[in-house]
Amino acid sequence: MNQTKIKDNLFRFLLLIIASLSIVAVLLICFFLFYNGLPAIFKIGPANFLFGMQWNPEKDVYGIFPMIVASLYVTAGSLLFGVPIGLFTAVFLSKYCGKRLHAFIKPVVDLLAGIPSIIFGFFGLSVIVPMVQSFFHTNGKGILTASLLLGIMILPTIISISENALNALPESYYEGALGLGATKEQAVFKTMIPAASSGIFTAIVLALGRSIGETMAVVMVAGNAAVMPKSVLSMVRTLTSNIILEMGYASGLHREALIGTGVVLFVFILIINFVLLLFKKSYE
Amino acid sequence: MNQETKDIISVNNVDLWYGPFQALKNINMNFKENDVTAMIGPSGCGKSTLLKSLNRMNDLVDSCKITGSFTFNGKDLTKGYDITDLRKRIGMVFQKPNLFPMSIYDNVAYGPRAHGIRKKRELDEIVETSLKQAAIWNETKDRLHKSALGLSGGQQQRICIARALAVKPQVLLMDEPTSALDPISTQYIEDLIEELKKDLSIIIVTHNMQQAARISDKTAFFLLGELIEFDNTDLIFTNPKDQRTRDYITGRFG
Repeated sequence: MNQTKIKDNLFRFLLLIIASLSIVAVLLICFFLFYNGLPAIFKIGPANFLFGMQWNPEKDVYGIFPMIVASLYVTAGSLLFGVPIGLFTAVFLSKYCGKRLHAFIKPVVDLLAGIPSIIFGFFGLSVIVPMVQSFFHTNGKGILTASLLLGIMILPTIISISENALNALPESYYEGALGLGATKEQAVFKTMIPAASSGIFTAIVLALGRSIGETMAVVMVAGNAAVMPKSVLSMVRTLTSNIILEMGYASGLHREALIGTGVVLFVFILIINFVLLLFKKSYE
Repeated sequence: MNQETKDIISVNNVDLWYGPFQALKNINMNFKENDVTAMIGPSGCGKSTLLKSLNRMNDLVDSCKITGSFTFNGKDLTKGYDITDLRKRIGMVFQKPNLFPMSIYDNVAYGPRAHGIRKKRELDEIVETSLKQAAIWNETKDRLHKSALGLSGGQQQRICIARALAVKPQVLLMDEPTSALDPISTQYIEDLIEELKKDLSIIIVTHNMQQAARISDKTAFFLLGELIEFDNTDLIFTNPKDQRTRDYITGRFG
């Protein structure tokens, strides 16, 4: 009897240690990122770093404001494309398409989630860039192109989480609405979607996180000019692009400034997660 | 109980299948206007199935096939009415309260809004009247814009009734509306049914035979998909003609 108890506790302890590994990973990442990035930010001056308009490593001028703006634009643009398409797809999958069509579409959407971002980058480069090129007569790279590409990349996230949220609703909502003489469209758009809003919001926030953190695909289609964008067709360099473009050869303060860029990105991600947490709490 | 009232819904030679299973067998019956008609019988006897056919909720079930016909106000219920219009005229209260996760006001205003009423004053009035009709106005008037899901089960069910009344139906279908409620809430709903029959016809499925005896004018007894006996409630409960009805109401099976 006592021996089983000891074994139980031992096993519980073992699992606890294994479960702690991801927490340790997060803490270590936090620590090293801030430890390596913050000194540079203070050396450059937080205001100069965050709001500086110029990024010129040769003259040791490190202002990342154009990149913060670029990241926000590209992310917002991707949501503009991805959220409506993803949400309507989820509604279709959950409420309109039959079982057979569902069995075909769902795996394809899941496959979309599994495609490596470098492949998305190729797709953007060989399909979206020429399209934008011929339509707007620019060189084809920029905010619009990156937004379109990211919009496609976040579709699986939005679709599967929204669809799960819709499917998790009790059937009685749907029947109740129809029983009152609502049409199917009314039942879906005025009852089911509002009722699933917490799940849909989660989907959007996770997609936002994916979008702002995406690197490989964006660097291939955004144009990467570290200047303030003037229009949606402007070439831009996002925070993530900035790091990957220069990390290979940077040293000294330049290298630290890139890590500082990572710190800013990380803070954005923390804020997003915090908002999600607050929202979930308030919803309960 | 002998006054001549007109038929509001007639069921003519109805057979109904769910896939290979026949749930209703050659049902013929007439529901009278302003009556409360109770449908009783053991689980799986087809009473809920028949109820759901009356506002075409069985359309949601792919494998459901119906032959025979229903008449509502003298017109064919399936072909003569647009489905949303039909469900507006024949409302439904479900077994478990199924309020939407929104405010009390928005729940009650849902039906009228779905049917195109937009003016706030008009909606305000409908919401108030419906909640008063469902005898829940006093408990809710100070919290109309709070979530409806914070109320007790009995209060929620009365708001479900208010929500159904808000589209001004002629017939109210009730599928075991008190089976999930405590005795006091059940009492409220039964009183309410008594009150409501002045304005509309009520068809109620119930497992509770005392309830059928208390509130209904007519009672129909179903067994294995067949309508065994359909008569005035006092006759069914005091002097049933069929042995199976007698056995059921005296509790010998079911």
